[in-house]
Amino acid sequence: MNIVFRVFLLLLTIFSSSYPTLCIYEDQVGHMDWHQQYIGKVKHAVFHTQKAARKRVVVSTEENVVASLDLRRGEIFWRHVLGPNDVIDAIDIALGKYVITLSSGGTILRAWNLPDGQMIWESTLSGSTPSKLLLSIPTNLKIGKDDVIFVYSSGCLNAVASIDGEVIWKNELTSEGGDVQQLIYPEGTDIIYAIGLVGLAQFDAYQINVKTGELLKHSSMVFPPGFSGDLLFITSNIAVGLDSTGSILVAVHFQDGAISFHQTRVSELGWDFSGPAVMLPTKLTGMFALEINKSIVFIKVTNEGKLEVLDTLGHSTAVSESLYLSEGQQAFGLVQQGDGKIILTMKLGNDWTNNLLQETIQMDYQRGIAQKVFINTYVRTDRSYGFRALIVMEDHSLFLLQQGEIVWSREDGLASITDVMVSELPVEKDGVSVAKVEHNLFEWLKGHLLKLKGTLMIATPDDVAAIQKMRLQSSEKSKMTRDHNGFRKLLIVLTRAGKLLALHTGDGRIVWSLLLDSLRKSETCQNPRGLSLHQWQDPHHHVLDENPSVLVVGRCDYSTDSPGVLSIVDTYTGQERNHMGPTHSITRVIPLPFTDSVEQRLHLLLDVNRQARLYPRSNEALDIFQRELGNIYWYSADVDEGILKGHAVQNNCILEIADSYCFNTRDLWSIVLPSESEKIIATATRNSIEAVHTQAKVTSDQEVMYKYISKNLLFLATVAPKAVGPIGSVTPEESWLVVYVIDTVTGRILHRMTHHGSQGPVRAVFSENWVVYHYFNLKAHRYEMSVIEIYDQSRLENKDILKLLLGKHNLSSPITAYSRPEVITKSQSYFFTHSLKTLAVTSTAKGITSKQLLLGTIGDQVLALDKRFLDPRRTINPTQAEKEEGIIPLTDSLPIIPQSYVTHALKVEGLRGITTVPAKLESTTLVFAYGVDLFFIRLAPSRTYDSLTEDFSYALLLITIVVLVIAIFVTWVWSEKKELQEKWR
Amino acid sequence: MSTRYSSSLKFLFLSILVVNFSLSVSKSFAFQSDELLADDEEFGIEGGRSADPAVLTRTISSPPAIRKRSSDLGSDTDSKIQFSLEHAFGDSDFSSAGTFSARLKTWSHGGQTLTKLRFSRNGLSETEKENLKKLLEGDDFYRIRVPSNVFTPPGREYIVSSVKARCLPRDGLDEHFMIHMEGVNILAINYGSPGSCPYPRQLKIPAKWSFKSHTVLKNGEQAPRTPVFTEEVVGENGEGEVPPPERPFWAKYWMYLIPLGLIVMNAITQAMNMAEEQGNGQPGTQTQQAVAGAQRGQPTAVRRR
Repeated sequence: MNIVFRVFLLLLTIFSSSYPTLCIYEDQVGHMDWHQQYIGKVKHAVFHTQKAARKRVVVSTEENVVASLDLRRGEIFWRHVLGPNDVIDAIDIALGKYVITLSSGGTILRAWNLPDGQMIWESTLSGSTPSKLLLSIPTNLKIGKDDVIFVYSSGCLNAVASIDGEVIWKNELTSEGGDVQQLIYPEGTDIIYAIGLVGLAQFDAYQINVKTGELLKHSSMVFPPGFSGDLLFITSNIAVGLDSTGSILVAVHFQDGAISFHQTRVSELGWDFSGPAVMLPTKLTGMFALEINKSIVFIKVTNEGKLEVLDTLGHSTAVSESLYLSEGQQAFGLVQQGDGKIILTMKLGNDWTNNLLQETIQMDYQRGIAQKVFINTYVRTDRSYGFRALIVMEDHSLFLLQQGEIVWSREDGLASITDVMVSELPVEKDGVSVAKVEHNLFEWLKGHLLKLKGTLMIATPDDVAAIQKMRLQSSEKSKMTRDHNGFRKLLIVLTRAGKLLALHTGDGRIVWSLLLDSLRKSETCQNPRGLSLHQWQDPHHHVLDENPSVLVVGRCDYSTDSPGVLSIVDTYTGQERNHMGPTHSITRVIPLPFTDSVEQRLHLLLDVNRQARLYPRSNEALDIFQRELGNIYWYSADVDEGILKGHAVQNNCILEIADSYCFNTRDLWSIVLPSESEKIIATATRNSIEAVHTQAKVTSDQEVMYKYISKNLLFLATVAPKAVGPIGSVTPEESWLVVYVIDTVTGRILHRMTHHGSQGPVRAVFSENWVVYHYFNLKAHRYEMSVIEIYDQSRLENKDILKLLLGKHNLSSPITAYSRPEVITKSQSYFFTHSLKTLAVTSTAKGITSKQLLLGTIGDQVLALDKRFLDPRRTINPTQAEKEEGIIPLTDSLPIIPQSYVTHALKVEGLRGITTVPAKLESTTLVFAYGVDLFFIRLAPSRTYDSLTEDFSYALLLITIVVLVIAIFVTWVWSEKKELQEKWR
Repeated sequence: MSTRYSSSLKFLFLSILVVNFSLSVSKSFAFQSDELLADDEEFGIEGGRSADPAVLTRTISSPPAIRKRSSDLGSDTDSKIQFSLEHAFGDSDFSSAGTFSARLKTWSHGGQTLTKLRFSRNGLSETEKENLKKLLEGDDFYRIRVPSNVFTPPGREYIVSSVKARCLPRDGLDEHFMIHMEGVNILAINYGSPGSCPYPRQLKIPAKWSFKSHTVLKNGEQAPRTPVFTEEVVGENGEGEVPPPERPFWAKYWMYLIPLGLIVMNAITQAMNMAEEQGNGQPGTQTQQAVAGAQRGQPTAVRRR
């Protein structure tokens, strides 16, 4: 018995000893993190399939990514994310080995090596006037020895050598304010034609010598009614445009300087058209498309400029560019929308009635309609032409279709996440568990035996591989039910396409997706876009009979006064429960700290008329709201004017239709920043659901410091108006950064501090009683990070034990913002090497675990930095007591420890935001970083002090115990025998 | 003029040194700037108050009489300036409530600041008393406003502040203004009771319907500069602090330690048993040891597994 007890003691010691995981080991990569690579919505695509071993498609996207994709599987061969200001305007392939991109408003031309994506050259094209951008790569044209690329940008036509990017000649064409619409190079000649418009009324044709750039001939002709927009170039000598009224089609015939106009009324085309016509920007040969009355009309243009209607199709039809087949024939593709399917049709350019190909492909309704189609041809085994089509859907996903099947698909909507929410998974009960993951005891034991082998280092390489595979595919982590530690959750993300997706935190797979109807283009809502996600219902007491749901807030247009749309989505099923809109404008959504009887959170939505509306619209919610009316405050910041205002609810609105859920607001306070010296550049507030474990901080000399913890604190940073520009645009003398800590209930400025010679961009994070911010110090030519900690002085007298005993303390009294706060602030600045894209802080369930700052660096990585390094109480020589408290000796700069990159070797390209979510296990926090890529990891800022690691070998423990018990029995029997023998002797 | 100025500067400098020293005993590295702190310090001393750099002047004025200040340290470019305080009861319109008067000091480097702020409040009229009473009963807001620029009132916009009326009554009506200034611009005014205002707010009708005002003028602080160290300090950069990414002893060797611990325990138990048996009888010692040896061999085998 004695021994058994000791064994248990020993076991206890083992269990209580913890595994430190400050950084992860090589074999742990992918174990508690996942990484997904995306490219974004495809704008242009160029196929490269001729004479290539690896067939690929080069794409440029709205996320400013240029990427080469494997045409067989859709994987990324290589990819470059250009900066947010470096918008790609055109791509093409030159010399069969270089990808040419024109970006940054036509000023930067780059060549990338097609096989590996290395940049070959970059050249800057100068010019003054912004203009249309054209990139044209003739196939067989050499100037001297160089193959040439024609680029029209900034009003100049440039001929660039494709081998090294050198500008061979340059010709400023549009001195009188016109714009070139098309470059036409008839093969085998020495002349390039540039066709353009001056002021939408004058048609110009330039003839330019390709060798020298010399202007040979310039002819122009005025079309008095004027064109309504761009021209479409049907053939090498016919262009089509609409006149300014939108009712007359004009065919422009130009050949060798002779220009003639042929006008045709839209109504003359034999169709019963009414309303304005819009030309679709198609690039078809011999025909064009008009959108009239929500349908698309295809019109053929004959050589004499006569127009002839070919067909009318539904308005959700995507049309590809013309594709040259070998015998001078041209083909193009159409994608039409069916019910739960799409129809791909290939036609020959000169023959509308016959289809080369017609395929019907099943397509998920959640993908929306096809928006773009790019086609490519290949030679089939029977020597006929086959076609493949790359389709961009409404939710920004990308599909490759071939032989009537989806070859691969990419969920590229996830590259443009606008907001993230976290939802719990269902609790485990009968019939709920979605994934069948339990396995039998034998497999369990086998797995642990393998692990045991690994621990004892007797595993063969095969075993090691098996262990690694087992770890990565641990079914435990991808189950569809709640786990004890709270590691498994659903990440609900809203993308720019208006799609809501649920990702599983275990492996990052998409659990469900929903293309919100309220965020789709419609009659009443022209440019809808999603704004934010809010927790609508998060049941705790009703966890078995209520599903959690999120509120999706959107807006119909770009301006703030456009109507808003709301919808509520169940996070378990991915079904829309309710939707509203278009309704009043939405400028701000304030989640209130109250819930009704079914745990729906109360929300206050503000509109541009400064009226507040309460949701959910139920009597119960109204009752709760009326009760708490006096304690609801919020602030608004007018960045342009530099005015901060505090607001509260006043009374019911007076509207034509009585609405008891609508309230007027009133101003309580205002802060006016002097417009000549300060401009708001950043704000930060505390996360309203952050848990703070302790309000007091015990210092080394047994003193207590009380944290000033208020949920209504605002951090505000302003800079000199001159210093709003990029770093280096101002001298240190005329630049300053002012930081404020403001109580948003009363408008009190608790702290105001000036950093002279500093400027933005400012990134800030507010947590507990401290704020950390990052800015640039012009005097020191370095980035800096500063910390401000706020302590409450009014509660210092609580240290008196006698008072505590007599109950004369103010610890339990409610805290009100109307008492004059006696706060002191401590502040300190440190140099920091990196510039930052985003800044976040870890959050844990109870707030006990020490915090880490998560810095999204300019290199698209996430770096974890202990908050201890940003402690304003650091001194050069801390005393022994201070060292014990954990104060690090003062240094002038913050260390960057290579092991503390939480993204380890990976990059989250185009990093935009970091979200942290507490797990149920106190030591652990879940971190989700998003940008073009997604990255998720489980972090333990103070190591996992409250659990065993997952690779703890239970089998080894079990075997040890069994062996020991056997040993005990054997020895016991043995000693009994011996004793007996002794006695018999 | 210049000599007078320089002597006053000298005095200033001395005072800065003294106060600075008292401020930075604990942090010897601190590089307190001498530009902006200068004016704060000056008035700290002028007012004879503590070294709190934030407090410029503190006027305690009861409505009829204004306490006069005697000391004068301003330069010749001083000029008087006045701006009014307006108040509103609940959602009523604003009406005049009192006047702030101050001296405008123009610095040689071109900056202008206000000094010696005084406040004189108008007495409450009967209707205003009624209104205030109503506010107290309804627990509503008492609002005040001042212009955002003292030169050209109201500047761009009024600075508004408000407080629950029930926070004001003590014996009389106590109020506390903290005016945040940037040059001649008022950024914000923190208005409220000078002390605490416990929640839930009790209705208390003041004995005297007159305001006791406290005003504080506050200019911004300067951020502490980033410490710059010489090489040797940088040398001991927090690297020693960073725990090496090593698994601790237990994590690495627990599988060896458990059997070892058991062996030891086993041995101890054996030894204890042995002692007992030794007490029982002398013969058999030889064999007992042999058994112990055998038993010791057993766990060693376990360890080798």
